Amino acid sequence: MVNINELEAKAKIIRADVIKSLAEAGSGHLGGSLGLSDVFVSLYFHILSHKPSKPDWENRDRLILSIGHVAPVFYASLAHAGYFPVSELMTLRKLGSRLQGHPGKEHGLPGIELSAGSLGQGLSVAVGLALGAKADKKTWRVYSIHGDGELQEGSIWEAAMSAAHYKLDNLTALVDRNNVQIDGKTSDVMEIEPLADKWKAFGWNVLHCNGNNIKEIIQTYEKAKMHKGSPSVIIAKTKMGKGVKSIEADYTWHGKPPKIEQVESFLKELE
Amino acid sequence: MNYKPTRLGFGEGLKEIAVKNKNIVALGAADITSSVSVDLFADAFPERFYSLGIAEQNIMGVAAGLAMAGKIPFVATYGVFAALRTTDQIRISICYNNLPVKIGGAHAGISVGPDGATHQALEDIAVMRVLPNMTILSPCDATQAKLAVIAAVEQVPGPCYIRFGREAVPDFTSPELPFMVGKAQIMREGNDVSILSTGHLTFEALEAAKILANKGINARVINFHTIKPIDENLIIKTAEKTGAIVTCEEHQIFGGFGSAVTEVLAKNYPVPVEFIGMNDKFGESGQPEELMQKYGMKADTIIKAVEKVLIRK
Repeated sequence: MVNINELEAKAKIIRADVIKSLAEAGSGHLGGSLGLSDVFVSLYFHILSHKPSKPDWENRDRLILSIGHVAPVFYASLAHAGYFPVSELMTLRKLGSRLQGHPGKEHGLPGIELSAGSLGQGLSVAVGLALGAKADKKTWRVYSIHGDGELQEGSIWEAAMSAAHYKLDNLTALVDRNNVQIDGKTSDVMEIEPLADKWKAFGWNVLHCNGNNIKEIIQTYEKAKMHKGSPSVIIAKTKMGKGVKSIEADYTWHGKPPKIEQVESFLKELE
Repeated sequence: MNYKPTRLGFGEGLKEIAVKNKNIVALGAADITSSVSVDLFADAFPERFYSLGIAEQNIMGVAAGLAMAGKIPFVATYGVFAALRTTDQIRISICYNNLPVKIGGAHAGISVGPDGATHQALEDIAVMRVLPNMTILSPCDATQAKLAVIAAVEQVPGPCYIRFGREAVPDFTSPELPFMVGKAQIMREGNDVSILSTGHLTFEALEAAKILANKGINARVINFHTIKPIDENLIIKTAEKTGAIVTCEEHQIFGGFGSAVTEVLAKNYPVPVEFIGMNDKFGESGQPEELMQKYGMKADTIIKAVEKVLIRK
């Protein structure tokens, strides 16, 4: 039985580490990392089948982070799951660190499946993994995480088409629907609606959830797991900056870190 | 002389190595599966073949994912699309992750002919060459293309770009000639000048050397089936031995094979160099032979380049 309270507490700790590590780094993307904290906690502390002590365990589920810029929440989740010491989070984006600005496997951080960060590529890689798993009758599943702005990349839709063509029901994509990107509101920059209809038209099973509600996130992932015959996408409504009231839904916080002197007040807001 | 397109060697090599190595899969792209002779593989191993349509960006990412799942994916399509349209996917998803994806750059060079400039890959070597972790193979005939495919699996642990063409070209090498990735091959001895060549121009270089011999000029001809990593050792040694070099490629001169050679020379043993290749122009429609002639990639232009470089020696 999943203890939601425990997971919510975990999300709070991870948000705090996101704030601290980004302030220490002096650059990076705060808003998206905070918004996705509940999704990451749901994945790393409940949904994913994985072994932090054995990162290359063959039967692990594969998580492809297509939006490498939310690396801070990815790293904080990996650290708290036990892949590496939490103290290492404070080396984010520094010279010689294993915690690159966007995930880079060659620097040796355990738990990274794919070096990524150029938007629009992760879904194709997830499709390849899912095809490979099916070919070898493996039971592990593939999860990918995307931004809503990222869906403006044409290659996402090439990948979407191919996932449905090969009926990849071992693949679950999640779209972080926070309605904002660096330049402003997604609807102003480049409208992506009607989003659910687009995915449906491309042959996907479309699910919705509140991406800042751990119980809902988990239930929705479980539903996706049960679905057969086509890939599933979860459109997760999140608030960019979730947890720190003073910056919630403010797109100017997409691509910048908190200042050192803001850390204390932001951490207080988390409580 | 037997004439055979290098793409057939590619297809035969792929089928042969796939019998031995069960992890090999092939991805069909851009409606040219049969014309790049991947159909030989698809017919023999239908369950290991994935059709992905006209969507090159996706195909490179899918190949990366399959490689992460333990496969050795081959992707073959027009060199222009394989190397240029998908450069970012190759750079990040394949090379930065150092995955064993083997990319066939088909219909390379101006000799693809009547299709014209849009389909003539003349920039692919330059672009693939700057990507860390990438190996580039450019076989000189169909026999060598087959060996190149096998070498790409057996000798190259990471990403590999294999360049081949559509036209039937002289198939002049022996299948017994060993293919060692990174080791260039001396095809003819000579002391006066070195002609360094890649792809099917090596045959033209040998023709040029025959005619030069009649003029009393002894040209050494070296075939570079590997452009990256380049055989630095042999380049330096041949510069020391002959003191003048002509490079030949069916590709833009800027950034291509000749540039790779001169990077080595400039650092180690500078000698006069002349370049045979496309001189900062787009191609056009025409018969392959006509185009090779018009843009100066035949034996007669190689001879002129040799005579020119010898003046500066």
